[in-house]
Amino acid sequence: MTERADAATVEKASRPAPRPLGTGYRAPWSDRIAEAVIRGLALVSVLSIALIFVFIAKEAIPLFFEPEAQQEFGGLAALFSPRTWPGYDASVFIWQPVGGTPKMNLVPLFVGTLKITVLGMLFSVPLAVLAAIFVSQYATRRAREVLKPALELMASIPSVVLGFFALMVLASLMQDTLGLPSRLNALVAAVGLAIAIAPVVFTVSEDALSSVPRELAAAALALGARKHQVVLRIVLPAALPGIAAGAILGFGRAIGETMIVLMASGNAAVVELFDPTSSARTVTATIASELGEVTPGDAHWRVLFLLGSLLFVVTFVLNRLAVWVVEALQRRWTAGASR
Amino acid sequence: MIRPLPLLVAVVSLVFASACSGGHRSRARAGAEGGAVQAGERVSVKGSDTMVVLAQQLAERYMQTHPGTGLEVSGGGSGTGIAALLNRTTDIADASRPLNARERGQLPAAVETRVALDALAVYVHHTNRLPSVTMAQLALVFRGRITNWSELGGEDRPIVLYSRENNSGTYAYFKEHVLGGNDFAAAAQTLPGTAAVIHAVAHDRNGIGYGGIGFGTGVRTVPVATEDGAPVAPTLENATSGLYPLSRFLCMVTREPPTGATRAFLDWVVSPEGQAVVTPAGFYPMP
Repeated sequence: MTERADAATVEKASRPAPRPLGTGYRAPWSDRIAEAVIRGLALVSVLSIALIFVFIAKEAIPLFFEPEAQQEFGGLAALFSPRTWPGYDASVFIWQPVGGTPKMNLVPLFVGTLKITVLGMLFSVPLAVLAAIFVSQYATRRAREVLKPALELMASIPSVVLGFFALMVLASLMQDTLGLPSRLNALVAAVGLAIAIAPVVFTVSEDALSSVPRELAAAALALGARKHQVVLRIVLPAALPGIAAGAILGFGRAIGETMIVLMASGNAAVVELFDPTSSARTVTATIASELGEVTPGDAHWRVLFLLGSLLFVVTFVLNRLAVWVVEALQRRWTAGASR
Repeated sequence: MIRPLPLLVAVVSLVFASACSGGHRSRARAGAEGGAVQAGERVSVKGSDTMVVLAQQLAERYMQTHPGTGLEVSGGGSGTGIAALLNRTTDIADASRPLNARERGQLPAAVETRVALDALAVYVHHTNRLPSVTMAQLALVFRGRITNWSELGGEDRPIVLYSRENNSGTYAYFKEHVLGGNDFAAAAQTLPGTAAVIHAVAHDRNGIGYGGIGFGTGVRTVPVATEDGAPVAPTLENATSGLYPLSRFLCMVTREPPTGATRAFLDWVVSPEGQAVVTPAGFYPMP
């Protein structure tokens, strides 16, 4: 639901904000206390986000200043560059953090995360946007009243349930029908992920499409445009900022999703960007499955926190990007319109 | 217009509720660390996923005969259990491997109580007719050097590897004793628990995995041969005689020599009464 709220505030951001109602007079003391409490709670939520980041970064940062911790996995460069490890014939990216020589190369995890996330987006965004167009533009009122809540209800399915579904049902089904070499792979995880993020993208897109002023469509129809012309050339462009925001928020959710990929992707840290049928290990799944075991303070622990910090930064940047894209698109499509 | 009073009441009651439950919890913990055996004693057991079924069955039987003690059993992996022991969130850690040097350094007084003997089995799909595999072949397969069943004398199919997460004692044991400390192939899928490995192999004609013998239903276990010897099936006689190359002791670890309810439980586990539970759980009693 926060995604939805974000999009709504974004759409209103361009207008100058009027003074909040009910602030022009001296409120009774009970109201003022309540206001202070609520303001405090709001501050707490902002502060806690900042503190969470500080805490995670605090555990990761010593990695850059402790030579002995760096030595454990062969120096900072070993986190990002391939290396010919003892026992290997060629220079490779390897994530095997436990063993005689810990190998903590982050590239396989980034590749896995990117692969599953992009695949999940490829499945979910077109479907979600088409569903949003249908529900907002074509569906009868009765169909809409059933479809919209049903699709939004999908957003509340716990991801562990989706992961279980992907693991038990989807994996066998897809291996049998597509003849995949292994049961659990990036494709299965991406389909599971798509089910999780499609409702997010749908909800935001549908809101954007429904809030396009009816006058625009009415005017186009009056000028002789067909229904599909109205939808494709009037309503869709006008709602594009909202749809883009939905897609970016969906991406943020997908990159942070843990349970589905943990259960359905097979978690093999292979560096194979373009083969969807191979297994993949994501950053989130790695943190979830390894953090419980590591000794607090050692190099493996710090690298996992580094991964967490990177994930935090990426999702934060994506959220800002969503706001920025929406504003930029809005300026473009409303250029020349009277304010 | 928001009415402040109900909100205030809700917030205040929430704060109180959490404060109360917190206090209750810490009192319970204090009781558990007290030491002497008394009514309502709680002992927590955490660690190896391989041992979680065994530990649960031991706990159930123990609580039936010793109603004064409550046992809480959870899994998570040997490393997780030992880490919990380290930060004092568990009384007993289940471990399917001995403590490594670093853990030994952090827990100098730790005591390992051997509670059962386990044989690691190599699983394949039930249609796979592979007669046996040598330790050397097994190492090459899991290092990713042998990638097709035909190289082991089977059909021309790719081999799909199923391994465990790196917090697993089974993973550590297999890496050290089979792979000689070398890495698993990057393509080896890592699954959270032996049951997940069994499930995956049972559904994959190309699959091969490893795990405790106690779980081997729905899959075929392959006899393992040492360099010179004949293939040995993972059975009780072969494991206890030391003939089967992949057997290990399962341990329950405490921070220091056990006392109180913890000691009473561990003494019972190694007694004939406790060892009687081991075989039904799929492991072998201590020889």
